[in-house]
Amino acid sequence: MANTLDQIFVLLQHWILSLLPVWLQPLAGALLSVIAIIVVFAALFAISVLLERKGLGRMQNRIGPNRVGPLGILQPVADGIKALIKEDVVPYNADHVVHFLAPILLVVVVFMGYAVLPMGRNMTFVPMDAGLLFYFAMGASAELSVFMAGWSSRNKYSLLGAMRAIAQMISYEVPLLMSSVVVVMMTGSLSLDKIVAVQNQYTWGLPHWFIFTPMGLAAFLMFAIAAMAETNRSPFDLPESESELIAGYFTEYSGFKFAEFFLGEYVAMLSISGLGTTLFLGGWSAPLEVLSFVPSWLWFFGKIMLSICVYIWLRGTFPRLRQDQLMNFAWKFVLPMTLLNLIVAGLWRFLGEGWLRWVVCSAILLAAYIIGGRTGMKSEHFGPRSYRYAE
Amino acid sequence: MIVFWILAVVTVAGALSAMLLRNVVHCALALTVAFAGLALEFLRLDAQFVGFAQILVYVGAVAILVVFAILLTRSSETPQTGVFSRTWLAGLVVAAAVFSVLAWAVLQSGAALPHESAAPQVTVAEVGNALMSRYVLPLEIVAVLLTAAMIGAVIVAMHEKKEAK
Amino acid sequence: MSPLSGYLLLAALIFAIGLAGALTRRNAILVLIGIELMLNAANLNLIAFWRYGPHPEALTGFMFALFSIAVAAAEAAVGLGLVISIYRHLHTTDLDEISRMKG
Repeated sequence: MANTLDQIFVLLQHWILSLLPVWLQPLAGALLSVIAIIVVFAALFAISVLLERKGLGRMQNRIGPNRVGPLGILQPVADGIKALIKEDVVPYNADHVVHFLAPILLVVVVFMGYAVLPMGRNMTFVPMDAGLLFYFAMGASAELSVFMAGWSSRNKYSLLGAMRAIAQMISYEVPLLMSSVVVVMMTGSLSLDKIVAVQNQYTWGLPHWFIFTPMGLAAFLMFAIAAMAETNRSPFDLPESESELIAGYFTEYSGFKFAEFFLGEYVAMLSISGLGTTLFLGGWSAPLEVLSFVPSWLWFFGKIMLSICVYIWLRGTFPRLRQDQLMNFAWKFVLPMTLLNLIVAGLWRFLGEGWLRWVVCSAILLAAYIIGGRTGMKSEHFGPRSYRYAE
Repeated sequence: MIVFWILAVVTVAGALSAMLLRNVVHCALALTVAFAGLALEFLRLDAQFVGFAQILVYVGAVAILVVFAILLTRSSETPQTGVFSRTWLAGLVVAAAVFSVLAWAVLQSGAALPHESAAPQVTVAEVGNALMSRYVLPLEIVAVLLTAAMIGAVIVAMHEKKEAK
Repeated sequence: MSPLSGYLLLAALIFAIGLAGALTRRNAILVLIGIELMLNAANLNLIAFWRYGPHPEALTGFMFALFSIAVAAAEAAVGLGLVISIYRHLHTTDLDEISRMKG
């Protein structure tokens, strides 16, 4: 029974395919998976938007949306209808073709990333040998659409926002990749299925997740910071800071195209949470061996929604960084720490089994973080903020 | 084979428009189309790793770098004067000559070229092993080269700023 | 026609387009773009020869393409750095106007 429930989507797909003629099956199978991914993540997008508006409201001591439907839960539907029927305004001077292509490219590229994420046991759309590389290749292409949007609008706020966004995404892409390399070093594979399979083992009922190793924990922290910057989320939301740049690179977008950018941002957030889950939090594996009877996909989506909650929490808590603080933080703190992490991961491999490697690796990382944090707080580049009030 | 021709047309169209369009930003965007087309050709040639590396490096880094350079040098507006240099005819003749020689060579050797062969199965682990054993020296040299190039690019690009201070 | 010659012809055409662009365009950035296209055409050749060559398991062409991608990235970074530096000096990226040897 538990097994059937675990594989219910795979079985469902097989059943639907068995109704079709043989020559149609590969095509229909691919189409079915694509539709499933789009529908599921569009629904998750709606849920996380609602969660964010409600949660942020509570954090800021207000109620949040509460008019549409019971407790306001139909708010995303109303938002969607509004976006669809709104007039699509394109600036007169804009470069029409590029302006039109930018949001489409973003959505396509962001959804492509899901192709390699294992969303449950046997539930990877395309189990690829170089899955992680594919994911990062798709992630890198999203920067281009940001530039296209900002440049084609012929608006200096858009262009500034786009330049900020690209500079930020490039700077944080390096630590994002480097912190994932730690996991690759520990598993010896770029395939995300293999990475989850390695983590899906238990000792004394506890899982072998990479977050429970010293460098895995450090890499996860760096990964989370870089992921937040990569998706332009607060406190790293300089590219679209509404108080400075109105909305950054999508200032000149309205109606459905704006909705596409909005969708792209949230879907990218969900997908990078999925990657973080897969790499460090064991993907679809259960947190305790006794809980293995719960369907694997439930764990995957649960972990994703948990990280979305962390995103929202952080957005409600931290103030926005300054541009120079952002860059200094990326290149002078996050990147050296991820590089150190690579060395520690190598050390872990060669120290062999036993308690010694735990002590040595933890000591090195702890010392580095304490010293780095202390000196960082002292330097004027990313130390505590100083305010000067008007006389 | 049909897929190959579609991809070839897309790639050549991208490359042509990258070299012919008047607006430099449009050229850069057309260039990414050519890069992506080539990456797909690599995938068709069973070189998955190289194809993804191509997208990651070219679309993700080189194209963005080009775009940054375009905006920093203020050449994003469509130029009023001609976009081709005074010696365009000579350049075109040289390029046409090179292409005809290459094409002639390829077509002449058509019979000697090998036909369909079994797709080589290359796993990422094999690539990694090769990089760490047989190709370890080139790998180290590339690492040194990249470091040197990075430092050089930073120094070249920031030189002026320091003198101004 | 063997499939290999299709790839070789495509690579030759892209190489020629890149060469023509590098020789005829006035903007320095576009000259660099042309050079990138030429490098890419060479990569296509390497991969095609690797795929249809007698010893694909030796990975020679494959590795050459990987190293070539890395070198091309370094070349782009240095080249664009130079273009920006020239722009700072002379306030133009037009190669016809950059004819002085003295900064």
